[in-house]
Amino acid sequence: MPDSPAIAHEADNSANGANTANTEHPPYLRHHFNSTEQQADASNFAMWLFLLTEVMFFGGLFTAYLVYRNWYYPAFVSGSHQLNVVWGATNTLVLIFSSFTMAMAVWCAETSRRRGLVLCLTFTFILGLGFLGIKSIEYSEKIEKHHVPGLHYSLSSFLDPAHDAAARAAGDKPLPLDMARKTEVYFSLYFLMTGIHALHMIIGIGILGFMIFRARAGAYTAGHVTFVENFGLYWHFIDIIWIYLFALLYLISRH
Amino acid sequence: MSAHTIVSLLDQSTAKIPKDNYITRENGLLSWLLTSDHKRIAILYLISLSFFFFIGGALAGLIRLELLTPQTDLMATDTYNKVFTMHGVIMVFFFLVPSVPATLGNFLIPMMIGAKDLALPKVNLLSWYLYMAGGLLALYTMMVGGVDTGWTFTTPLSTHYVNTNVLTTGLAVFVAGFSSILTGLNFIVTIHKMRAPGMTWFRLPLFIWAHYAASILMVLATPVVAIAIVLVMLERTFGIGVFDPAKGGDPLLFQHLFWFYSHPAVYIMILPGMGVISEVISTFSRKRIFGYTAVAFSSVAIAVFGFFVWAHHMFIMGISNYAVLVFSLLTMLVAVPSAIKIFNWTFTLYKGSITFETPLLYAFGFMGLFTIGGMTGVFLGSSGTDIHLTETYFIVAHFHFVMVGGMLMAFLAGIHFWWPKITGRMYPEKLSQLAAVVTFIGFNFTFFPQFILGTLGMPRRYASYPPEFQILNVFSTAGATILGVGYLLPVLYLVWSLKYGAIAGNNPWQATGLEWQTQSPPLTENFAVMPIMDHEAYDYAWLEGQQQKDEQQHRQLHERQKETEVTSAG
Amino acid sequence: MNHLSPVIWQFLVKWMTNFALFPPEASKIAPQMDALYFFMVLVSLIGLTIVVLLVTSFSILYNKKRHPVAVQIEGSTLLEATWTIIPLGLFLVMFIWGALIYFRVFTPPANAMNIYVVGKQWMWKVEHPGGQHEINALHVPTGRAVQLTLISQDVFHSFSIPAFRVKREAIPGRYTTVWFEATKTGTYHLFCTQYCGTNHSQMIGDVVVMTPEEYRKWLISSTSGSSLAQNGERLFASLSCAACHNTRPDARGPSLANVYGSKLALSAGGTVIADDAYLREAILNPSQHITQGYAPIMPTYQGQISEEGVIALIEYIKNLDSDYRVQQTLNTTDLPPGSEGKTPAAKGQVSKGTVKP
Repeated sequence: MPDSPAIAHEADNSANGANTANTEHPPYLRHHFNSTEQQADASNFAMWLFLLTEVMFFGGLFTAYLVYRNWYYPAFVSGSHQLNVVWGATNTLVLIFSSFTMAMAVWCAETSRRRGLVLCLTFTFILGLGFLGIKSIEYSEKIEKHHVPGLHYSLSSFLDPAHDAAARAAGDKPLPLDMARKTEVYFSLYFLMTGIHALHMIIGIGILGFMIFRARAGAYTAGHVTFVENFGLYWHFIDIIWIYLFALLYLISRH
Repeated sequence: MSAHTIVSLLDQSTAKIPKDNYITRENGLLSWLLTSDHKRIAILYLISLSFFFFIGGALAGLIRLELLTPQTDLMATDTYNKVFTMHGVIMVFFFLVPSVPATLGNFLIPMMIGAKDLALPKVNLLSWYLYMAGGLLALYTMMVGGVDTGWTFTTPLSTHYVNTNVLTTGLAVFVAGFSSILTGLNFIVTIHKMRAPGMTWFRLPLFIWAHYAASILMVLATPVVAIAIVLVMLERTFGIGVFDPAKGGDPLLFQHLFWFYSHPAVYIMILPGMGVISEVISTFSRKRIFGYTAVAFSSVAIAVFGFFVWAHHMFIMGISNYAVLVFSLLTMLVAVPSAIKIFNWTFTLYKGSITFETPLLYAFGFMGLFTIGGMTGVFLGSSGTDIHLTETYFIVAHFHFVMVGGMLMAFLAGIHFWWPKITGRMYPEKLSQLAAVVTFIGFNFTFFPQFILGTLGMPRRYASYPPEFQILNVFSTAGATILGVGYLLPVLYLVWSLKYGAIAGNNPWQATGLEWQTQSPPLTENFAVMPIMDHEAYDYAWLEGQQQKDEQQHRQLHERQKETEVTSAG
Repeated sequence: MNHLSPVIWQFLVKWMTNFALFPPEASKIAPQMDALYFFMVLVSLIGLTIVVLLVTSFSILYNKKRHPVAVQIEGSTLLEATWTIIPLGLFLVMFIWGALIYFRVFTPPANAMNIYVVGKQWMWKVEHPGGQHEINALHVPTGRAVQLTLISQDVFHSFSIPAFRVKREAIPGRYTTVWFEATKTGTYHLFCTQYCGTNHSQMIGDVVVMTPEEYRKWLISSTSGSSLAQNGERLFASLSCAACHNTRPDARGPSLANVYGSKLALSAGGTVIADDAYLREAILNPSQHITQGYAPIMPTYQGQISEEGVIALIEYIKNLDSDYRVQQTLNTTDLPPGSEGKTPAAKGQVSKGTVKP
């Protein structure tokens, strides 16, 4: 049964898509969209919204961090001094640089540079892996020193900083027992925040791998760049979160 | 057209369901399970939601049976604790939060705005799979012994003091939360970017405004409960100490994180229902909603204000007196937009032309019960009376009035209202009106006594209670049996109508929305040719004009046919 | 009523009490709260009636048969304003009224007598300062302001006395307080209203309100022989607190005589009132609560004392005068007039002397 003739209808140019050239109805245009502009606009907006949900997700953790840092500042200072600033700063630079290569990748896609795109994506991929590598070095060091909450957590570095290299280097004084116990809260937040961040990195790297594969086949340099652009947004977001994490977790009372 | 009804059906002797529609376009189970058609996904949701509703309802039945007597004689206390926990988890996360948005919202939003589908159809299907994964996890939890923390997962009880399946339940809720986030995200993008030409914001049906507001909440609030649940699961597994006072953590932090979502969650549940009520009241009084702009803005106001009131669930938990002041004041403010809506709907009836088909009966039920439920919310928002009434059956009655008396009635109103559009068939009117009345009566008998029980001091989540509370509990259980009948009837006659219902045609209610200007059931692409919106929402004058044009065309066609007959005969 | 037979009258009374719509009003705040409650019921009824009347009359007047053509009305700013402002006004009245009651319930008067309540799965332990210990019961006199100091040993519980219209959460890790003044003798329900696990519904008991005379008798007959302060004194000695907290000039810790309720300057900056919460924290997390002028050497006692132990210590400190030895004749049965006050000014003398009848 046809529509009621009552509804006014659009001028009939996109209804019969079959006879229009590829530029008007390219193969990547999904059928529920009217134009590639609408499609790109919608998916871009969707990615920004998704990043907003991520902000709210991390927001809960940042709230917990704010409250506990306020209550147990000395424990947070000692806990933070146990982290290696050099590794942390290196990771920060690694990520910032990877954001640069990602932005270059987006430019390559937009300007149809297939080889450049693959190169930039590969660099981003490698830098991402580098970040995870450094993170795993840091994590294993924490595991060795029994600073993982719930897994034989040890207070000795905080009760007796003279015998702990990192605490000695930072000039830490011994903490009273009740405050030393609060360092477990600090490390819980450390592992939670960096762990969830690392999970996002792993997902991102996985998608990067997929993208490199598709980019080599020319999928993103024929006009359909939204996937690369939107992933770029995601990657930059993870980078920004890390910068906050670095500042909040590594740099407490460093002189 | 009869004077008593607006229902306008085709001549049933010749009427047929359109051959090409979204149901017949493709066949086979896989075509449904791998669909990206928003309408098919809505049907998938409808079936699974109904399934979970009846499980949650059965659990409710068990609760009411136990509470017939003051002692714990039907089941052990532990079992009772598991029953009410699972009832809450399933009803809140696997029925109420998705209900209207995932079924009616999914089905209708693209049609109402003149689009072919939602902005992200595959993400929509992913939402359903996430929902099913969460739901199956919840069912699995029930089968391996359930969980008894209460649906609110209060710490430190849930982290250190129960030995039931908190992890699987938490995971189920976590996964379902992502389903909700993706649905809300999809809706927001769709409403922003996929409206037909001419469909400006203030020409949108109020159903869309309501879903837009609810989607904002879904997107922004759900991630916070996700992290709260992750923290509970990690604390339980590794003892990380964020909520453990012995390690310096604070259990109240969990309360803040949890209620930061769970209060907006109730607005996620009720706003889409309010959207349904707007559509139903407008159609059955043949009038534009009174104060369209006020209703649209009040939906957004409820969403925005809803973010700032969460600590009214914590008034006696030791938060500072000044925090209590602030949250109590904000709670009073958020009550105002809801009150406004009730009056706007009432005055839509003024000088209308009203008929009393089933959707309107459910809408009236909604209005009365939501008024009571909402007003009792004010009892609780005022910090003084909250001291006496909180944590008692008054709370239980309050939220069941707004959720079941409000939201569920709106859901049923919507299912009945759009059933002809979704299936092409009408449900049996007399039987459905009876079911609506039975539901209303059963509901009041079940939950009104609970207000009194709460005022008397009966605490919630009690398996046994002092004997003087028995009479009211017996009333409540009796009402629950009536209510159960009221909910069972629609399942039966709606399924019956799939084969034997009258053929509905495009627009049996003569309603104004874009979804009614196309065939029932709709085509997969919704419209044969995309519409242009050149009139206001609820424009009955425009509809009148279209119907006259239709009639004129049919007459001309008829005359031409007769002419051809005459000339060919001659 | 003499034309009604006493049997019928009895039946009516029984029926009315069994069908009571609200609990007995047995505290000073109860009628005040009920007044607000009934105001809200009234407003709700009126609101509901208005809506029902309007909907019903519109349905009759404007049903399709009687009114076949609908009149399209966009809206009315005047009506919108009316039904926004009136509900807002009513809700604000309820907010203010409720807030006043709330502040009243959670701001105890200076002369309130203190009773400690420790909640645990699944019982209430009520500790009177005079050494009376109750489980799932609370005896109080009429006409006296009573403050409850609550804490939980494990999970969240909530101490609820519907007849008094008071309720307060007992939280692990910190004290919460609520106060009331009982007005009617009798026995009333005590409930735990925060779901706390398996036997949540068994965590119930009785609140027994007695006349002051009867209460005095009950205190005498129920004492355990040793007041909370005396228990605290023993604990103080066994934990060697006096090693630092003494009156010697070279003492490593501040003297605790008269410290309760005083203003302390902290070494981390700022000042604090040394109330129950502070004292508890100072025992369990001392490093953050060091008094100015002292080294941060106090060890933590977390894990070494139970909540009852902390309460006993606090009671001991509250009753410390200039001398560290609590008089062995500390009266275990009497309520020393005014000595339960929170501020130092209200602290009277510790009654020395024999047991008063």
